[in-house]
Amino acid sequence: MNIIRYIIQKEFRQIFRNKAMLPIIFVLPLVQLIILSNAATFEVKNIKFGYIDNDKTSLSRELIEKFDASTYFNVLTAFPSAKIASSTMLKGDVDVVLEIPRYFERNLQKEKKTDLSVTINAIDGAAAGVENVYVNQIVQQFNKKAQVTLMLSGTPEVRPQNIDTIPLFWYNETLNYKTFMVPGILVLLVTMITLFLSGMNVVREKEIGTLEQINVTPIKKHQFIIGKLFPFLILGLVLLTVGLIIAKLLFNVPIVGSIALMYGYTIVYILVILGIGLFISNYTDTQQQAMFIAWFFMVIFILMSGLFTPIESMPQWAQLLTEFNPIKYFVQVMRMVMLKGAGLADIYPQLIKTVAYALVMNGLAVLSYKKVT
Amino acid sequence: MKRFIGFIKKEFYHIFRDKRSLFILFGMPIVQVLLFGFAITNEINNVDIAILDHSKDATTKEIINKIAASKYFSIKQFIDNEAAIETAFKKGQIKAVLNFEKDFGKKIVAEGKATVQILTDATDPNTANTISNYVSSILQNYQREINKDVQLAFQIVPKTRLIYNPELKSVFMFVPGVMTIILMLVSAMMTSISITREKELGTMEILLVSPLKPFQVIVGKVVPYIFLAVINAIIIILLSIFVFRMPVQGSFILLGAESVLFIINALSLGILISTVSASQQTAMMVSLMGLMLPVILLSGFIFPINSMPFPLQVISNIIPAKWFIIILKGIMLKGVGLAIVWKETLILMGMTLLFIALSVKKYKIRLE
Repeated sequence: MNIIRYIIQKEFRQIFRNKAMLPIIFVLPLVQLIILSNAATFEVKNIKFGYIDNDKTSLSRELIEKFDASTYFNVLTAFPSAKIASSTMLKGDVDVVLEIPRYFERNLQKEKKTDLSVTINAIDGAAAGVENVYVNQIVQQFNKKAQVTLMLSGTPEVRPQNIDTIPLFWYNETLNYKTFMVPGILVLLVTMITLFLSGMNVVREKEIGTLEQINVTPIKKHQFIIGKLFPFLILGLVLLTVGLIIAKLLFNVPIVGSIALMYGYTIVYILVILGIGLFISNYTDTQQQAMFIAWFFMVIFILMSGLFTPIESMPQWAQLLTEFNPIKYFVQVMRMVMLKGAGLADIYPQLIKTVAYALVMNGLAVLSYKKVT
Repeated sequence: MKRFIGFIKKEFYHIFRDKRSLFILFGMPIVQVLLFGFAITNEINNVDIAILDHSKDATTKEIINKIAASKYFSIKQFIDNEAAIETAFKKGQIKAVLNFEKDFGKKIVAEGKATVQILTDATDPNTANTISNYVSSILQNYQREINKDVQLAFQIVPKTRLIYNPELKSVFMFVPGVMTIILMLVSAMMTSISITREKELGTMEILLVSPLKPFQVIVGKVVPYIFLAVINAIIIILLSIFVFRMPVQGSFILLGAESVLFIINALSLGILISTVSASQQTAMMVSLMGLMLPVILLSGFIFPINSMPFPLQVISNIIPAKWFIIILKGIMLKGVGLAIVWKETLILMGMTLLFIALSVKKYKIRLE
């Protein structure tokens, strides 16, 4: 036991001695948490909107005003011709262009029907879809309003049948994406710090040559690994705690579930990450190799965690791969416990998988550490 | 000049000696591009939903069939009371519930109006919003169908044209992003330890007493890596054209030139990190921790920059990846030339010069 304590002591000293690293470990992640949590939204707003009004009647102006009044569109410019509009779109200065045809008002009065051409920059397919929905909504409302005024005086017609849809967003009524992103980004930051630090740890001792000194001591393999794990576990938990305080105070993220459960799960989770880190570290020759490999897995873990893009949309084989992604489970558990108040029974499947993962990775870490050079 | 060539030779030896790193360096980006190109999409497919049908009549059945037929949703379960919604959401089995009110079919005929609730699990608000939009649009289509015979007094029909990506493929959005992220991070990471490594190994002393000027050392460090990164870039571009069917509407030469510019930019950022860090560990942590998330989140790779709060839109301007993504999409999808992307190109050039100048200035010619 004493031996482990000394290793832990040594590790802590090494961490706190390196003054250049301290801000990277403690300040950088928190700054990123505060800033980047604001960036991750798929909401489509401030749409760059332009129009070509070939009709210039009171009706066409009324329609444009409707777009102007909408909070989604920023009415930027009136283009004199379609050609100028399309070259502006090529430059990327406008994303939606509405073209009102000539005789717009006259056709409506005479034929009761007219077309309207809308051009949307569709490189971001999902955003283009949403923009299309917004345009349609505004035009439909415009139709309906005109209809009501005309119907009052007109002949009775067949009454249209309407389906009223009431969207209800559970657990997050205002669709505040920050309540989702803050815990998620916190998860990423805790993972990055613990993975990178543990991944560089043993291999650094190899490079500097101090690993040899440890190898000739009577320290057992598992003592060495435990001694290496513990300081980073504490570090991860400290980071999580500060992050949660920021989430609560600054972003007002609700913490509905049990905090003890959250910490319990986090401890198991960090052990998985540290196991991976130490395994990489034992297996590589230089810090550079270790970091490349850690980076490789980190990018995959982040982008396939379901945090930024939904896992359900991935092809089947990719969904299967995400089963091996620890971040996926951590994100799910944080989401369930923090926002929905899920209990132990609800997160049981994730917990079992994570525990199994932790055992395998740390087993590998102990096995791959050879006391010979 | 001869000295300088000798120095570059030395750098090449360093790189090619470490076979393992070299293998990682070329293998990783390929795996990542393939993986992300296929897996990253913000389209919604096969979302598991549940139905709570209080009326169970012909109309609701028809609507349920429409929903089941769409590729967006798969109906996982039918539940019969409100309490079951909560349980299902908590377990995370389903993402949304459609709740039809009692006598839905009767009401829609008799009163001309019936209500359906779309309950979504908004712990992931982005997905929840999309699901809600999709369900509404399916319902709207159905409504239009049943109202076919109703004469509208007044009708404006928007005819929408989706340009540059008419099939709304999310590959077109994400492949340029994936290319950029991988090139940026690999390039910056490669050089971020180049100078600190010499410091730690003690070989810096030799460089310092040599007649090489700081400028020559810095440039000499970048040159070999340009070679590696360009090979990486070529592989990635070929993958995106042949595997992901990305079009290249614009000029290949311009695409290549811009890629080289971006690579040099990322490499010099790595060098800059290396000159200001004291140890390899610090340098790598700065380039990994400092670059990874900001580049992913603020470059417009996944999340549209336009929708971000204003201060973040301003900050996003200092991310080189943002400009390169604009250039890539412009050349590949819109087919634009330098006449349109000159501004972005100039910005990247300016940043590169700044990084190199700062590196040269920060490069210490004395041992500490």
